[in-house]
Amino acid sequence: MIKTSRIGLGLALLGMAWLGAASAAGGVTLNGSGSTLSKPFQEVAIDAFKKVHRDVTVNYGGGGSGKGRQDLADMVVDFAGSDSPFKESELARAKGGPILYFPILLSPIAVTYNVGVDKLQLSAPTLAKIFQREIKKWNDPAIAADNPGTKLPDTDIVVAHRADGSGTTQNFTEYLTMAAKKDWKLKSGSTVEWPSDTQAGQGNAGVAQIVKSTKGAIAYVDLSDAKASGLKFATIKNRSGHFVEPTSAAASAAGQGIEVKDNLIFSALDAKGDKAYPITAQTWVIVYAKQIDRAKGDALKAYLTFLLKDGQALLDEIDYAPLPRSLQDKAVKQIDKIRVAAHASLP
Amino acid sequence: MIDLAGKRAYGDRAFRGTSAVAAALVLLLLGLIAVTMTRRALPVFLQMGGRFFTTTRWAPPDDLYGALPFIWGTAFTAAIAIVIAVPISLGVALFMTQVAPPWLARPLVYLVDLLAGVPSVVFGLWGVLVLSQHFNLGRSFLTAGIILAIMIIPIITSLAREVIDTTPVGDKEGALAMGATRWEMISATVLPHSKGGLVGAVMLGLGRAMGETIAAALVIGSALGQITLDVFAPGNSMPAVIANEWGEAQDLHKSALIALAVTLFVITIAVNLLATGIVQRSVKRGQGS
Repeated sequence: MIKTSRIGLGLALLGMAWLGAASAAGGVTLNGSGSTLSKPFQEVAIDAFKKVHRDVTVNYGGGGSGKGRQDLADMVVDFAGSDSPFKESELARAKGGPILYFPILLSPIAVTYNVGVDKLQLSAPTLAKIFQREIKKWNDPAIAADNPGTKLPDTDIVVAHRADGSGTTQNFTEYLTMAAKKDWKLKSGSTVEWPSDTQAGQGNAGVAQIVKSTKGAIAYVDLSDAKASGLKFATIKNRSGHFVEPTSAAASAAGQGIEVKDNLIFSALDAKGDKAYPITAQTWVIVYAKQIDRAKGDALKAYLTFLLKDGQALLDEIDYAPLPRSLQDKAVKQIDKIRVAAHASLP
Repeated sequence: MIDLAGKRAYGDRAFRGTSAVAAALVLLLLGLIAVTMTRRALPVFLQMGGRFFTTTRWAPPDDLYGALPFIWGTAFTAAIAIVIAVPISLGVALFMTQVAPPWLARPLVYLVDLLAGVPSVVFGLWGVLVLSQHFNLGRSFLTAGIILAIMIIPIITSLAREVIDTTPVGDKEGALAMGATRWEMISATVLPHSKGGLVGAVMLGLGRAMGETIAAALVIGSALGQITLDVFAPGNSMPAVIANEWGEAQDLHKSALIALAVTLFVITIAVNLLATGIVQRSVKRGQGS
């Protein structure tokens, strides 16, 4: 009996704490889920946003772009983070009507490696052959041709990739499909048919761990995880024939050479420009154009405005690239397209 | 008096009704799971047909889904787990019931049951950190098999212990009185008596090993197209593929993952039914003797 009453008391206290937290938040809570690529940005942005808007609580759950889109379609979240747009078949199931895309950041996907070479230059066809296991040694003539004057070791190449379905894989394979049309045969997708003599890791961090601990390894990892693991990364040959290092400046440069549709859908992969880093991914925040709950709709607009204006200054420090000016202006303008119901809905 | 009897009958009826509803609910739930899953898996079954089970290419961008390597990986890792776990579990169970003095046996039982309650992700992370990295086993069928073995040892052990405990004391004392050594007593009375139950315990462990998801996903290596007897090769298993690819899967890919789940569902149910059958038969025989 004593035991049960103690548990009961504990539960009651827990419930009170929960209620207390909810009421302190002042009522408006925005929930989002999706892209893990943009999760670090969402986290610092939420922290900074909280300081200006004390009455709004924003939660961002991650879980992957596909999950974010699904959650938004089912209306279990208020916004989704996604590295790729909705597919038509998914969009048909979206319960809340028309949607709007807001690009929030650009991110270079680095090609990291673990072999005794300080500088490594790679072109898309070489990259394609390496990841398809057609090139198996680091001193292969194709790699040597990309790196004139560099002494390459006679080490076996170990290819590592994502075990879990991922937007990073999607963007990396899409880049190879675009830039190495003739050589890349695995097509693109969140999961592709990797050769069986490759290694797989969980998440960007898991892949980085494999590269770090395996001699001769090469893998694609988003820049912030690559930097966090202290890995070296290759420079990649862009469309203008320059080998470019993955930096936030080079990703922003990629953003300048892209075509943007009216609905703000674009791809920053294989972009034009001398300084553009060619494997540049992007993340959108996706919301419904029609917001039924007035308090939520207003909070959502405020949060989007923050992400697109003040928030952009936070990106560089966490190794992401801000949007180029023209795109940023278009996105900010699009916030007006969110229609918030004129009257407050009943609680 | 009559009133009292009426009340009692009412209570009986209410009890029978509630318990019948509860039982029916379980069956209904199982049926609903089977129906919904099969329905959502139908697109891939229609497109791939039997090739879903017989081909080896799993290529979402090409909409080709051959699950054979994953079925093989599930069976192979479960087999490795059983080979490792069975001797250890039976040894521990026999030690706890026949050899250890009570002051040692009681905490041991408690510890083994405690091990059964450890969440599988903990085993998985331990596998990644200790087996793959520290002992340099890498990520492979063997690493997954070892982790699965550790996870099913407590289950098999505690079931085996209960089965062995049902050996009539008279049988055992009889054997000892005839001058049998401890091992002769065990092999002449305990093992024959509990054979069926032990097989059942092993099969239940097998069912758990096949369905284990997170621990397997972390250590199996996630390599595609691997059908090999090489235990050091990286591979993949059905639950691991589902866990890894579900988040970003769309359309037919999603349907293919559900089809994997259906396949796993059918196999585990078959194994569990078989296990229940064997256990029941042995219980009946035990009552007869």
